[in-house]
Amino acid sequence: MKLHPILAALRKHKAGTVLIALQIALTLAIVCNAVFIIGQRIERVNRPTGLDESNLFLISQQWVGAPSADTPDGVEKLDAMQREDLAALRQLPDVVSVAPINSIPLLNSSWTGSVSLKPGAQLGGKGNTRTAYYFTDEQALSTLGLRLVAGRAFTAGDVQHQGFRDQRERPIAIITRQLADKLFPQGSAVGKVMYTDGSSAPTTVVGVVERLQIPASGSWGNEFVWNSTLIPTRLDANFARYAVRTKPGRLDAAMRAVAPVLYKVNPLRVLDDDSVKPFDEIRAKAYRADRGMAVLMGVVCLILLCVTAAGIVGLTSFWVGQRHRQIGVRRALGARKADILHYFQIENLLIAGAGVVIGVLLAVGLNLWLMTHYEMSRIPLPYVLTGVLAMLAMGQAAVFVPARRASNVPPVEATRAA
Amino acid sequence: MRQSHGSRARRFSAPRIPSPDSRTLSMLAYYLQLGLRSLRRNPALTTLMVMAIGFGVAASMITWSVFRAVSGNPIPGKSAQLFTPQVDGWGPQQNLKGEPAEALGYVDAMALLRAHQAKRQTLLYPLRLSVIPQGSRELPLNADGYAVTADFFAMFEVPFRYGGGWSAQDDEARGSEVVISSKLNQKLFGGADSVGRTIGLGGHDFRIVGVVSHWNPRPRFYDLFSTSGFADEPDIYMVFNRALDLQMRTGGRNSCRGSISYTSWQGYLQSNCVWVTPWVELDSPADVARYHRFLENYAADQQRAGRFGWAANVRLRDVMQWLDYEHVVPPESRIALVVALGFFLICLVNTIGLLLAKFMRRAGEIGVRRALGATRREIYTQYLVEAGTVGLAGGVLGLLFTALGVSGVGILFQPEIARLARLDLSLVGLTFVVAILATVAAAFYPAWRAAHVQPAWQLKSS
Repeated sequence: MKLHPILAALRKHKAGTVLIALQIALTLAIVCNAVFIIGQRIERVNRPTGLDESNLFLISQQWVGAPSADTPDGVEKLDAMQREDLAALRQLPDVVSVAPINSIPLLNSSWTGSVSLKPGAQLGGKGNTRTAYYFTDEQALSTLGLRLVAGRAFTAGDVQHQGFRDQRERPIAIITRQLADKLFPQGSAVGKVMYTDGSSAPTTVVGVVERLQIPASGSWGNEFVWNSTLIPTRLDANFARYAVRTKPGRLDAAMRAVAPVLYKVNPLRVLDDDSVKPFDEIRAKAYRADRGMAVLMGVVCLILLCVTAAGIVGLTSFWVGQRHRQIGVRRALGARKADILHYFQIENLLIAGAGVVIGVLLAVGLNLWLMTHYEMSRIPLPYVLTGVLAMLAMGQAAVFVPARRASNVPPVEATRAA
Repeated sequence: MRQSHGSRARRFSAPRIPSPDSRTLSMLAYYLQLGLRSLRRNPALTTLMVMAIGFGVAASMITWSVFRAVSGNPIPGKSAQLFTPQVDGWGPQQNLKGEPAEALGYVDAMALLRAHQAKRQTLLYPLRLSVIPQGSRELPLNADGYAVTADFFAMFEVPFRYGGGWSAQDDEARGSEVVISSKLNQKLFGGADSVGRTIGLGGHDFRIVGVVSHWNPRPRFYDLFSTSGFADEPDIYMVFNRALDLQMRTGGRNSCRGSISYTSWQGYLQSNCVWVTPWVELDSPADVARYHRFLENYAADQQRAGRFGWAANVRLRDVMQWLDYEHVVPPESRIALVVALGFFLICLVNTIGLLLAKFMRRAGEIGVRRALGATRREIYTQYLVEAGTVGLAGGVLGLLFTALGVSGVGILFQPEIARLARLDLSLVGLTFVVAILATVAAAFYPAWRAAHVQPAWQLKSS
């Protein structure tokens, strides 16, 4: 089919042509970026924490009138209270293991610092790697469900305790494989020495776990999201957190048993609805915004495609109506039904083609704008290409119904008055 | 001359209409009627347009209601008089890419407070405490709040239900005064006037001097160091010096630089850790300039004294600058608004196309009307009014979607932020205004095309 008559006809419908092309361009720009945002969010939400997330819950509680953690005496008393709690929780029938811990992945309450291969290195200086600390005890690995890939786990003899803000030497630590690879690119990290937070006292790496995410789920933690360090120390303060692993399927029962048993140990504590949380809930809260963003973008894309398709159907129907007589003339002069159908399909392809060319430019422009204002990476080519193909396919699908109606115009229309 | 000629020409074309004013009005009413009737004429096309406008307006309104809530001015009357001073105690190697820390350490905070260079000043840091309800067997409750100085209440215009704040003398006396929220007052005392009563906080007794009626400015401009700006209302406000005496650690953020070496409370206070947020009230630009000079001199003095090994690096931001610097508006909110506006734009482009189709289908009718003496202006008005009715219908639908959406924004934002999105009267009004104005604007071109239909051609071909 020759393009010339189509182009000539389009020149007579400048406004409609421009409107459809513009609409396709804008839709492409928004849909490309929205789908890209959805993809990024899904990727973020689906990254594994390294924990065995089922049958795991966290207790966060606060003592009332607890002794001060600033005196050695107070620290000892607090530690005794914490050990009492741990012993009581470990006695529960549905509980497999319990570990005291200052935070867990996705909780967004972190203790961060830096590790270095040299003693006394300045925090934030060169040769330093940022990390998030988990202060816990010998049951940490089994409670969290971490996979040890080298070295050994903590033993009860390793575990120290200290006041929450005290500075104490950290003779040993377990680190994640990511952190180990960064610090010791050659060979195993086990047995090697590192220095934490600019300290001059060495810390020996005794074990490496496959993966453990830091507590911060926000983008500020992106650069060290897998760099966790486990320290075998119970922190003593007027509050404490315990991670609890339950027997399979006994999560709810174990969670219900917590408050009575802890109040029995010591009633002077704050333990409210928020204090006992399954890990699922912590995960859902951390990723609420990401999930919501993905849903919103999905809904917007869907409606947008429907609106644009409906717009194409509307305008093409109008053109078909306007050109009834001309179509009849063409049919009378020997054009087949398929020719008429192809005419409208090619016309749409031309308009949509122009639209997607502008649309690609707009999509890249919008992506650049989002990159300068928000943490967004460059949109990969496959996203844009898929978007282009989707737009062209949508145009063809939308034009099909009115085009078929046009192809059904009988040749006798040519003889009727318009 | 020309004007009178023009009006005479018009009178000639429509001689039966007596007064121009009543004529315009009655014609507008008539056009409205025509428009409403024409809504029913092409139901598919009309539904499409109304749906597109409804979706577009609703998406924009939902995201706008959230954006409006998070980007608003939390203290409109005084936002230009309240400033948070920042002094760089970390130096160029360790500060935030050239910017000083977002809070102060104890030493600098106390120095600014004692210098008393502003009309009012306060220091604050968050506390997380527990309270034991008295005389009952109830279990302990959480009580979160702030350690503040006396000026806090006047500076931030905190409204009181009972009693009031404490005095500067109480600050000096390191007294056990405490101000509580109505919510806590309700829980502990059943809402009665509790001024003068005693309350046990973190194992120490305090005397209640005031009960705040509901006060929770959002974003919480005064504590963006420890909160994202959308926390629940604080329960207590305690004398700053008293909290220090009791060695109450901050319940919020604490940020330190260098090798951490302190082992005691005194050591912690003298360290470079930042955890105190300072605020000052300055009335005039001259005061602001003077305070800024004071900050620079202070930092320079510290350099001379050898405490700082770098040149003065200070900031003095007011409330709105501070909100902006701290990126209080969540990125989700802004991106969602941009996407929604883009969506609305596409819906409008769509509407232009569909209106064009709808109007031009009636080219024959327009030709007849023109031939019978209707001016282009009249045709133009008629079609704009008709577009307005489409906009009105779109607005009704949009309002429905907005109501649905506002109750569902919880999926996108934290509950604290989602709660801020409300369907109030101004949002309802805005929905209609935007729907109608946008549709009428979209109709300019299609109506212009309709007005330029040549009467002769139409009459000839039909």
